[in-house]
Amino acid sequence: MPDATGLELIAHELREAEGEQAVHETVFFRGRGTLEVAPERIRSVLARLRARGYSFMASVHGVDYYPHEPRLGVLYELLDMDTVDRITVKLRVPTSAPEVDSVTPEWPTADHQEREVYDMFGVLFRGHPDLRRILMPEDYEGHPQRRDFPVGGEPVIFTFNEDESHPSGRLPPQGALHGGGPPIAGDRRAGTPGSSA
Amino acid sequence: MSPGAEQTSAGSEPSLSDYRQREQSITLAPIAEQLEGHGEGATQELLTLNFGPHHPATHGVLRLLVTLQGEIVRDVKPIIGYVHTGIEKTAEDKSYWKVIPVIERMDYLAYYFNAMAFCGAVEALLEVEVPKRAQYLRVIHLELNRITSHLVWLGTSALDLGAISMFWYCFREREKILDLFEMSSGQRMHPRYFQVGGVIEDIPPEFADKLRGFLAEMPSRVDQYGALLNRNEIVLHRLRGTCSLDAETLLSLGVTGPLLRAAGKPWDLRKADPYSSYEDFDFKIPVGTVGDNYDRYACRLAEMYESVKIVSQALEGLPEGPHITPDRKIALPPRHELATSMEALIHHFKLVTEGFRVPPGEVYFPIEGPRGELGCFVRSDGSSKPARVHMRDSSFVNLQATAAMVKGAYIADMIATLAMLDPILGGIDR
Amino acid sequence: MEVERQPLGPGGRALGAHVDGERLRVRQLGSRQLLRGGELEGPNPSFHPEGTDFERHVEESVMTTTLDKAVAWARSNSFFPATFGLACCAIEMMSIVAARVDVARFGFEAFRASPRQADLLILSGRVSIKMAPIVRRIYDQMLEPKWAISMGACCSSMGVFNNYALVPADKFMPIDVHVPGCPPRPEALMHGVLKLRKMVQDDPDLGWRERYDAHGTEEVLPEAPATTAAPAAVNGEGGHPYGDTAGA
Repeated sequence: MPDATGLELIAHELREAEGEQAVHETVFFRGRGTLEVAPERIRSVLARLRARGYSFMASVHGVDYYPHEPRLGVLYELLDMDTVDRITVKLRVPTSAPEVDSVTPEWPTADHQEREVYDMFGVLFRGHPDLRRILMPEDYEGHPQRRDFPVGGEPVIFTFNEDESHPSGRLPPQGALHGGGPPIAGDRRAGTPGSSA
Repeated sequence: MSPGAEQTSAGSEPSLSDYRQREQSITLAPIAEQLEGHGEGATQELLTLNFGPHHPATHGVLRLLVTLQGEIVRDVKPIIGYVHTGIEKTAEDKSYWKVIPVIERMDYLAYYFNAMAFCGAVEALLEVEVPKRAQYLRVIHLELNRITSHLVWLGTSALDLGAISMFWYCFREREKILDLFEMSSGQRMHPRYFQVGGVIEDIPPEFADKLRGFLAEMPSRVDQYGALLNRNEIVLHRLRGTCSLDAETLLSLGVTGPLLRAAGKPWDLRKADPYSSYEDFDFKIPVGTVGDNYDRYACRLAEMYESVKIVSQALEGLPEGPHITPDRKIALPPRHELATSMEALIHHFKLVTEGFRVPPGEVYFPIEGPRGELGCFVRSDGSSKPARVHMRDSSFVNLQATAAMVKGAYIADMIATLAMLDPILGGIDR
Repeated sequence: MEVERQPLGPGGRALGAHVDGERLRVRQLGSRQLLRGGELEGPNPSFHPEGTDFERHVEESVMTTTLDKAVAWARSNSFFPATFGLACCAIEMMSIVAARVDVARFGFEAFRASPRQADLLILSGRVSIKMAPIVRRIYDQMLEPKWAISMGACCSSMGVFNNYALVPADKFMPIDVHVPGCPPRPEALMHGVLKLRKMVQDDPDLGWRERYDAHGTEEVLPEAPATTAAPAAVNGEGGHPYGDTAGA
């Protein structure tokens, strides 16, 4: 792991090469360094880090920093296999303009991972060869892992709410199956227990 | 199995919905160009075949759109998401110790590894130290789980290749290891044994004897598997020289684990960046030479021997001590203390109802899973529930190598390659 | 001579006839008593079918023929499960095929890959919303008689994960036996399969077929709406030519 001074050196070099705005801040936490960079500079920053030896991209994942703006973050975990060094590069984009350059051309491993970040958070990657949903169905609406997306799920059925919508194991409402025909003899929706042994 | 064969004409049929149209392979050009390019004349066509998601050969519900020219694979597009369970979203809703059962069910063959990655990340955030005994117990269970994962892989892969009886032999050994898991934690799969700070319970006294018995006979069993498969003519024909990929391409695709080691790169996080006392043990990393399917098979088989070595060293060197951190703000106090100590009662109450709070920060903790680098990213906002949990699953990233491995090979080689890739859809889809 | 044919017996009820599910058991017992020469007792003593009515009633409601019993015995002892592993429960389902809990003892080891050849669908694992239509399609492709076991907590209810991505299996397909557990031990799954076997042996038409008065399920192929008529509902009237799996 680059220690704190090593991290500052890297940040300094990047600022020299890319401009003052390239690196927003550096964080050294629990023995690992994180560089927060400007979203426009991500490809060149990663290229420079690759030249420094961080040639393996371990992970690309998204975070929703709600309620702090800019909300959507994309983190790139880089690894230098020769010196066993890890560094994280972070960028943040607001939900109003969630666009980032895709790094897939230089780092093919980011292909499916960027698609997952798009699927779950809605970050659009410019220049991605095939940006579509990967985990959810293609026509799904919404980005599930954003913090304001509800967890969803089924209500737990107890006896007091078991006759409500879709009571599993019970007869469907009258007429639903038979297209509005005569009621089934022995309709049990009144709540008497079924007769199947 | 109902493979749907679609003509790859430039204009798709009008009855195909948008969704279906987008599923067609996007790297295809219209037929005429391709026929010219291959110089085959008008007798050859490209056939797009849909494999799965329900198909006996795919390991789990993996769907592949395979474009074939005769029997040669020209393009492969994996489509995933058929077991997407929203594990990461569910984990944000639960306190840290309740996340562990949820996160264990992600890569469902390497359940201890999932828990280890998560617990490691949270322990890094909390800066809590795991006692040595707990670390050794974790290593024992992790390596036993590596063996079970490789056994299921071997059984199902041999089944795919046609060596059907291997399935029963591998599951015979697996049952013995699951008995050991049941002894230490009460459950065969997803046992919730690893907790933040250590393990939930110390092993019972009979565990060590039973484990020794198992370790004594396991190497000869792996010899038996080798004797059945290593020089079997069909295995050699199907696995030797098929679908190899060099280490450079694999690294650019982010592949780690036995696939990378088979290609010749000796990268293993247990040696490179040891965690949980792995530096105390003496073991080797099996590395292949060519990177074809046979090397991948041989690497995993050799890893089983090495895991047995690690477990026996850990068992013999098991130190005395607590099995979980003595910090009562993180780990539950032992039950006998609840009767005598008021503090213990309050700690127990707070931990069970609210859970411990974790200082804010972000941490990425990678470990070496049976399929490669399994990393867990945890972001904490200071409360008792994680704000973001992301598992960097090895199969998810390894799957991207499928297309590169399989292009230009026969379809039967594709089946063998999928088997050797060892994808676990639970980890891929999370 | 006019011969009037009417399909009788379980699975061949005259179209449009509604079975009084609730009173089936009562009528069964009553019919059995009648056959034994006794008088009808119980809540509806005014029910005295006679003649052809009586025979039809008996055939409809009481499985008396040895042939029916033999068929049920044969069907229950030769389930062909479909290989349908979804997630963790699939590993425990593989364990029942393995040597310790050997499902071949009962004759169920012939796992068929094609749903057309299988008659038992063991849904093992969590059903995500992307997978649900596919599971339904596989189930529809199976031929009657067919049964489904929902193995594990995730498909029976929502299981450990109660969230946006999962669907409990009861919502989109009829399930005969639910096996709880996460994952259920191989012995527990075996217990569930044996319970299903008992159910099929004793009386194969109870359960959802009674409740919904259904003959089977139907495979609906995705076609453009202009070309074919809309397929009928579950009752099986006028089904799609090669999608109707009822009455096999």
